[in-house]
Parts: sequence; C-alpha cells; structure tokens
Amino acid sequence: MAGKRERKAPEVNAGSMADIAFLLLIFFLVTTTIVVDKGVLVKLPPWSNEPPPEMKLNSRNVYSVLVNANNELLVRGEPKAIKDLRADTKEFIMNPSKKENMAEKPTKAIISLKNDRGTAYKTYLEVYNELKAAYNELRDEEARKRHGKPFEFLDRALQKEIRADIPLVISEAEPTNFGEEN
Amino acid sequence: MGKFTKKRGKSNPEVSTASLPDIIFMLLFFFMVVTVLRDADEKVKQNVPSATELTKLEKKSLVNYLRIGKPLPKYQAVYGTKPQLQLGDKIASMEDIPLFIENHRAKVNEAEIPKVISSLKIDGDVTMGIVTDVKTKLRKSGQLKVNYSAKPRAD
Repeated sequence: MAGKRERKAPEVNAGSMADIAFLLLIFFLVTTTIVVDKGVLVKLPPWSNEPPPEMKLNSRNVYSVLVNANNELLVRGEPKAIKDLRADTKEFIMNPSKKENMAEKPTKAIISLKNDRGTAYKTYLEVYNELKAAYNELRDEEARKRHGKPFEFLDRALQKEIRADIPLVISEAEPTNFGEEN
Repeated sequence: MGKFTKKRGKSNPEVSTASLPDIIFMLLFFFMVVTVLRDADEKVKQNVPSATELTKLEKKSLVNYLRIGKPLPKYQAVYGTKPQLQLGDKIASMEDIPLFIENHRAKVNEAEIPKVISSLKIDGDVTMGIVTDVKTKLRKSGQLKVNYSAKPRAD
C-alpha cells in the first residue's frame, strides 16, 4: 500500500441496498392484513310498541330452541347437544322423509330462539351460528342441485331465487329471566 | 467505478448513498411500530367467540362499534367488574346508544344510512342480559343491521 499510488479501499456497492429495503417495505405493506372485522350478520326486527299479532302457527312448522342459564339446549322439548343442532335443523327444514312433525315445506319453517338473560353470549352465538349454518348449507346444497355450482358463485338473481325458497326465519323471543347475570 | 479514478487527487466530495438503506429501514420500522390497527382504545375485555358463518365488514366508514365486556383490570377501580358497554373509546350507559348511533349517521352519506352496520364486539363470557338490552336499544333507534363480531373457527 505504502509504495503504491494512493488508492481508495475497494468499496462494496451499497446502492442497491436501498432497493432491497424498498422491496421489503413493499412486501410488508402488501402482505400485512389489517385485521379484517368479521362476524355473524344479523338483521334485527324493527321495534314496535304494540304486542306482536297473535299468529296461528302449526306447531309442526316451529322449531323451538331454548337455551337456559346453564347454557343447556332444549330443542322442541328435548335436550340436545350443540353439535347435533345443525344436522337436526337441516332435517327439520327440508323434511326429506315427509315426517308429520317436521316443516311442511322450507318456506313455512320457523326457527324460534329463546334464551335466558343468564345465558353466556358465547353459547348464544354458537347456537345462532349453527342455525345460520344449517340454512347456508341447505342453500348451498340446493344451488349445487339446481345449477351445479356452490351458492356463492351463483348470479344475484339465482341466489335470490334460492333465498326465497329457503328463507332464513329466526325469530327471537324476549329472554327469560331466571339465571344470574354477571 | 471509473468515476472515482477519472479525477486525480482531490475528487469532488460525493454524497454517500450507503446510508440510504438505513434511512429506509428506519422508515420501515417507524411505520411498523407506529401503525395503529385499532381505531379505539379498548377499555373492556374483548375475547370474541369463534363462529363459522362469517360475513366481512366491507366499508369501515359505515360501521360503528359497540363493545361489551368486563372492564380491563386497570379500569376496574373506576368501572367495577360488571360487564360494561363501550361506545367509541369511553364507557357509556344504555341511554347513550341512540345519540351514538345518531352521531355516526350524521357523518354518513344520507343515501348510505340504511347500509350502516353496528358491529357488536362482545366478550364471550358476558351473559345475554346486557346484550339483550343493547339489542333492544338498537332496535328502538332503528339500527337493525347488526354484526356479532367473531373470529373464524380454527378447525
């Protein structure tokens, strides 16, 4: 070194480092999923001060689900586990074997959900989710049968048609007040 | 490299670009740290249940958030341990719901008011009593589109 002409030490080209960092920055910007809010969509019935009109419902069309303060399920008068609820609801709505005690047809089926003020929200949502899942699965099956495609890939009009044939009717009654609230 | 050898002796001082990546890294880290994903400070415990039939909340501007849960430990001295309702970033009572909904509607384009969704972020351990009261209030305020916030079930 000393004898030779003065030369700079060889430098590693750091110019492209910026590009690499930019690449990383963009990669993170693109892949970062800002927590998307998801949830079970529900449409509440409008409020009215008048008591709901008395409706004569054929009891065979009503699927009553009761959840008590101990988070136990009573479905049409019989205890049931949540994991069986979906299949049971589906059978009730479609009534494939035309039983006397199940819905005449899907459009007449009504799900009646009643809980207690002491019911855990977790259980409530689980039950609601199962009931909704039963309907969604039925619509999907119907879509595949009619059009050979899953429900979500159908056109709006066709979706509407199936929705009209299998309408989601979950009626929620005023909760009972036996259990302890936290 | 030729640039460096072209001029003999004292060359023009060049601005070093070697620190550019560092600056950009600094920016990257700054943004990674500073980005706040939550719009409001949570004052109540929020461990939402899991579900399968989920719908995505599309337009953030059309969503208002109602949180229910037990106050976090640091707020329990003030608000107690019973489940509380949180509107925006403060603990509120049932009576504040209509005003809260109304305030949000005022910010929304008039044509889009029917599309407003209330996202209920409710802790799984809360009992239905307070939830029912909130639902009743929402119905009375004409806010019928409700989304029970839930996380996807891992199975």
